[in-house]
Amino acid sequence: MNPEMVKEKLASRFGDESISVQTILDQVVVNVPGQLIVPICEFVRDDPDLKFDFLSFVGAVDRMPESPRFELIYQLYSTSSSERLRIKTRAIENESGEASIDSVYGVWASSNWHERETAEMFGIVFENHPDPRKLLLPDEWNAHPLRKDFPIMGTEQDTPDLSK
Amino acid sequence: MSQVTNKIPDGRSELMELNLGPHHPSTHGVFRAIVELDGEIVVNVVPYLGYLHRGFEKTCENKQYHQVIPLTERCDYMGASSNSLVYAMCVEKLLGVTVPERAQVVRVMMAELSRIFSHLFWLGTHGHDVGAMTPLFYMLREREEIMNLFELTAGGRLMPNYIRLGGISQELEEGFLDKLKAFCDHFDQRVDEYETLLTKNVIYIDRTKDVGYLSLKDALDLGISGPMIRASGLKWDIRKSNPYCGYESYDFDIPVQHGCDIYSRYLVRVQEMRESNKILRQTLKKLPGGPIRANVPGKIFPDQQEIYTKMEALIHHFMLVVRGVSVPSGEYYQCIESPRGELGCYIISDGTPNPYRLKWRAPAFVNLQALQKMANGSLFADLIAILSSVDIVLAEVDR
Repeated sequence: MNPEMVKEKLASRFGDESISVQTILDQVVVNVPGQLIVPICEFVRDDPDLKFDFLSFVGAVDRMPESPRFELIYQLYSTSSSERLRIKTRAIENESGEASIDSVYGVWASSNWHERETAEMFGIVFENHPDPRKLLLPDEWNAHPLRKDFPIMGTEQDTPDLSK
Repeated sequence: MSQVTNKIPDGRSELMELNLGPHHPSTHGVFRAIVELDGEIVVNVVPYLGYLHRGFEKTCENKQYHQVIPLTERCDYMGASSNSLVYAMCVEKLLGVTVPERAQVVRVMMAELSRIFSHLFWLGTHGHDVGAMTPLFYMLREREEIMNLFELTAGGRLMPNYIRLGGISQELEEGFLDKLKAFCDHFDQRVDEYETLLTKNVIYIDRTKDVGYLSLKDALDLGISGPMIRASGLKWDIRKSNPYCGYESYDFDIPVQHGCDIYSRYLVRVQEMRESNKILRQTLKKLPGGPIRANVPGKIFPDQQEIYTKMEALIHHFMLVVRGVSVPSGEYYQCIESPRGELGCYIISDGTPNPYRLKWRAPAFVNLQALQKMANGSLFADLIAILSSVDIVLAEVDR
């Protein structure tokens, strides 16, 4: 996939300054602002030259202590051109430090469980998600295990407090 | 005389909620669903996951790169070698290591054997789920042969743990190739036998044809991959569309069906076993000589024999065990065609000996999302057949 073409396409639609395109180990990665995630996803799905109709996964990365803290990853595939594209963005944080991002469920229904998993593992709120329940973790847990400040293992004196 | 009326008493109008699982033979593990029933018709299915969640991704962040390999095989224990293969390929890309030709061919061998292995067990248990008891015993017979092959060369039967960063763990055991050839020679005939049990079986066709309908549009929207999307009519196999491990040099077909139902999924998987066998026969012809692991001191484990004879090799081995391998900063998404679909591994490295983030794209996890779509409106008994046609491995769904 030609990163220049992707850059040009996105820039002509969403403006030049907020979107950057890079190639990491032969894979095209697009960095976009969090506010634009849904329109950009719709655009790359529907544009006749891009046509990324398949969402492989949605995931997040805890970039603590950077701010905003949570990076979101959308890995896409096009069944017509066999190309792959990765979209990265940061979750938007409010004053009290709660991170949120718009759900892309309306663009690809497959994001449903990926977003539920990401939400419970990182404590990110997916706005407009149709079914924002927990998926893998017990309902009574308030901890977010994939955050970097969650201990990897408890010690004899100190076990992770799952209720806070 | 009492008055006779033909008024039917008002039926119960509320739906019945039925709990399915978590321990139920048809759920192939610990899977629970709340099924809403209107009489015998499924109105809604709400899956509840997480009974097997063991924090695989978090655990990996605390492991050195070499130590992750056995953990990956425990995600999808039915196609174990596919898992270690995708992980090893992803780390090798980050390390910039090229795998020698011989190891590539052996990896294809292991991946295709595990595909047959997985499809066999699927076929057996699927037959069982729709009331055909016999196939399971035949499938277990051939599955045992594959397990013996794994055991012979790798030691492990269910999870061979044979693939290493940079190649494979040890040279193929003496006699392995002969046994594999014997297996390839009679396996096609065995598949014919399986087909006599189900393919034209009227009861089986009644139970599966036009049941569990999933259109291609819905399948794409839901991120379905592997045999399930091929049974909905999309000719997409990662071994062809983005070849890896030298798959571009093998001659095989992608089986496609357009029925979008359980029967089509059955036909695709049976045909895939034949194609895998075709690939296995080609690997036997192709297998070149040469090293089985890349020779990259300090990154890839040195040959076992060299550790005993060369001081440098001993030092490298020691450092790799104690400190692990420092992978250069970067990120990579590698995906392969596992028996269940697009199996992906996304690793972010920060230059330390532990992955900064590892994301596992498990095909069964995504495919299971289609259950609701396929089951709504069907009979409750068909729900069991539909669930089994997804081919879930709960260890992979929950990770």
